[in-house]
Amino acid sequence: MHTLYIILVIPVAAIGLLAVYGHRRWAGGLNVLFCAAGLVAAVLTATTVMEHGAWTSPNEFWHVDAFNVYLLVLTCFVSLTTAIFSGPYMAHEQEIGRVTPRRMRLYHGSFQGFLFTMLLALSTNNLGVLWVAMEGATLSSVLLVSLYRTPEAIEAAWKYFILCGVGIAQALFGTILLYFAASAIVEGNQALSWSYLYAHADGLNPVAVSIAFVFLLVGYGTKVGLVPLHNWLPDAHSEGPTPMSAVLSGLLLNVALYAVVRMKMLTDGALADDGHAAMAGQLMMGFGLLSFVVASLFLHRQRDIKRLFSYSSIEHMGLMTFGFGLGGPLATFGALLHMTVHSLTKSAIFVTVGHASQIAGTQRLDKIRGLLDIHPGVGWGLLIGTAAIAGFPPFGIFTSEFLLLSATMQHAPWLTLPLLVGLVVAFAGLFRAIQPVIFGTPPEQFHPVKVNMWPVMIHYALVLWLGLAIPTVLAHWFDQATWLITGSHML
Amino acid sequence: MLFEQLPVLQQSILALAAMAVLLSLGMLMHPHIRTVIKLFALQGAFVTAVTAAVAYDLQHHHLYISALLTLALKVIFIPWLLLRMVDRFGLHHELDPIRHPALMILASGVLIVFCYHVTLPIAQSSRLMTHNLIGLCMAIVMMGMLLLISRHKAITQVVGFMCMENGLFFAAVSITSGMPLMVELGIAFDVLIAAIIFGVFFLHLDESLESLDIGKLSRLSEREE
Repeated sequence: MHTLYIILVIPVAAIGLLAVYGHRRWAGGLNVLFCAAGLVAAVLTATTVMEHGAWTSPNEFWHVDAFNVYLLVLTCFVSLTTAIFSGPYMAHEQEIGRVTPRRMRLYHGSFQGFLFTMLLALSTNNLGVLWVAMEGATLSSVLLVSLYRTPEAIEAAWKYFILCGVGIAQALFGTILLYFAASAIVEGNQALSWSYLYAHADGLNPVAVSIAFVFLLVGYGTKVGLVPLHNWLPDAHSEGPTPMSAVLSGLLLNVALYAVVRMKMLTDGALADDGHAAMAGQLMMGFGLLSFVVASLFLHRQRDIKRLFSYSSIEHMGLMTFGFGLGGPLATFGALLHMTVHSLTKSAIFVTVGHASQIAGTQRLDKIRGLLDIHPGVGWGLLIGTAAIAGFPPFGIFTSEFLLLSATMQHAPWLTLPLLVGLVVAFAGLFRAIQPVIFGTPPEQFHPVKVNMWPVMIHYALVLWLGLAIPTVLAHWFDQATWLITGSHML
Repeated sequence: MLFEQLPVLQQSILALAAMAVLLSLGMLMHPHIRTVIKLFALQGAFVTAVTAAVAYDLQHHHLYISALLTLALKVIFIPWLLLRMVDRFGLHHELDPIRHPALMILASGVLIVFCYHVTLPIAQSSRLMTHNLIGLCMAIVMMGMLLLISRHKAITQVVGFMCMENGLFFAAVSITSGMPLMVELGIAFDVLIAAIIFGVFFLHLDESLESLDIGKLSRLSEREE
């Protein structure tokens, strides 16, 4: 099982090379090459896990099971398609003088650094290292948010840094409390090993663990973008370069949610015999529903196209958090599927939006008009993406939302109402803003740019495929992850 | 078990923790930027002392390393960096006034009581000292957050941020007698990188806003223009 190490070594090598040569013409291609190699290693790891089951390294430092290996593959896949988009996009930004060669080196180095921290967070078994990696993800991406050095970009990066720093500090306090609870049953490094603690969760002090969970939820929840600590998210997404928005929204939020779910699994195990067994799930349901409703309302007052879609990300992350909180095989299966389809769709949308704003020369919603006439490829891309993200039937998001709604109907019927209302409100908000952008009268002035819509179309095709018929292999995979999280099979 | 029945070393750890909370209060209330930075360095020194005391008490040698790390980062490097920034941007006599001093004192008091209240259930299953320490560390973290929220200068916000980190270091050392060394090194590395990035940010903020006043950061919001 050395393929896991290869996944991690590739971005480290890439950081070194791209930090030095990131401004060359071929740097974009090299970036793609590294991401492709990462994807191959991730797929190999996934097949080994499929065949031989979960694997923990002898020193209990690394751990892969069905849950995180599928996120590893997803992360590598989306980073590859984003890298394919990023090459020509950033070359164009360099041509029009928005970034200097030095910042291109910073950009490429940070891109791979960010990827490395996410892969580290996903594959480590040590809760302390998980925290270090999550903080590292903030540190490696904050200078990317401020890449354009406009006052807005600096403000967004400052907010991102401070808010995520405060949030993540809460998570460290939670980790320390968890370590305190664990050191009552075991010593040293093992007291932070997730697999060991999960196997012995019933021996942990339930009070200490439940307080720790609150801190961990607030901490990692900040990075998921849960209301009320969501303010950094729309700013960071709208002011950073577009490939960054795609990976922030498509990947980082997933990784943070992954951390929350792992902590919930521990907490549920520790509280199993206690009076408040469902405490962790209920907290997640509450925060998730709040984020979902608040974000769908905020969709209606956006003037910036990237801010619009970042609020849509908050809304979807809220829904997933709610689903994982609800628990049970059906909701967990739905939430896992939703993680995948949201990540694919949202990164494709951000890529499309990046092209659209390069064509229009602005990100303001009221200045981008008539995309279907100016550039049919981008216009159709945005139309399909908006339809998919709003939950129209043939696409995968419809399937996962339907599963989540049925699970809610089953376990907490009266919560179906706010969910349905929220979905309708969000739908109206998205289409009210996007309809004139696609169909309106085109402006007289626009900048024709060379676009590559292939990565976007591949993402949409996958989402469509997942909506029509989930392949047996993938369904089995999700089912394994569901079994890991809830203890029972869905299929 | 009563306070005076504890061994001297544990008594001194508790006393140092209480003094660190007091210093947080000082940082919250003092309007002078330079003094706030110096108070922060002093708090770092207390954390170093506690780390060394715990290392001696439990004979955990790897804790000496984390004491050295704290000394290098929190007492020397970060205060030095911040004071240099103060020099560079000519903020010697600049004040960062507190809007409602009385309210702040009251809020800090409430926070400390709240932290004790939250950690009370843990006390029933652990020693007297641990309960006190968890409460105090949590109070330092919370007051760092309050400092961060209530101030409008970038430098004092950074002090608030680092003050939270102090509380966390304190917690790691005193409650659990130190995280595993590798994790501590990772955390220290993150703090170091964060401090450097903050330094870079000061330059950017100064370039784009011509001041380090965070109150002027208000371009991005949901309000209609």
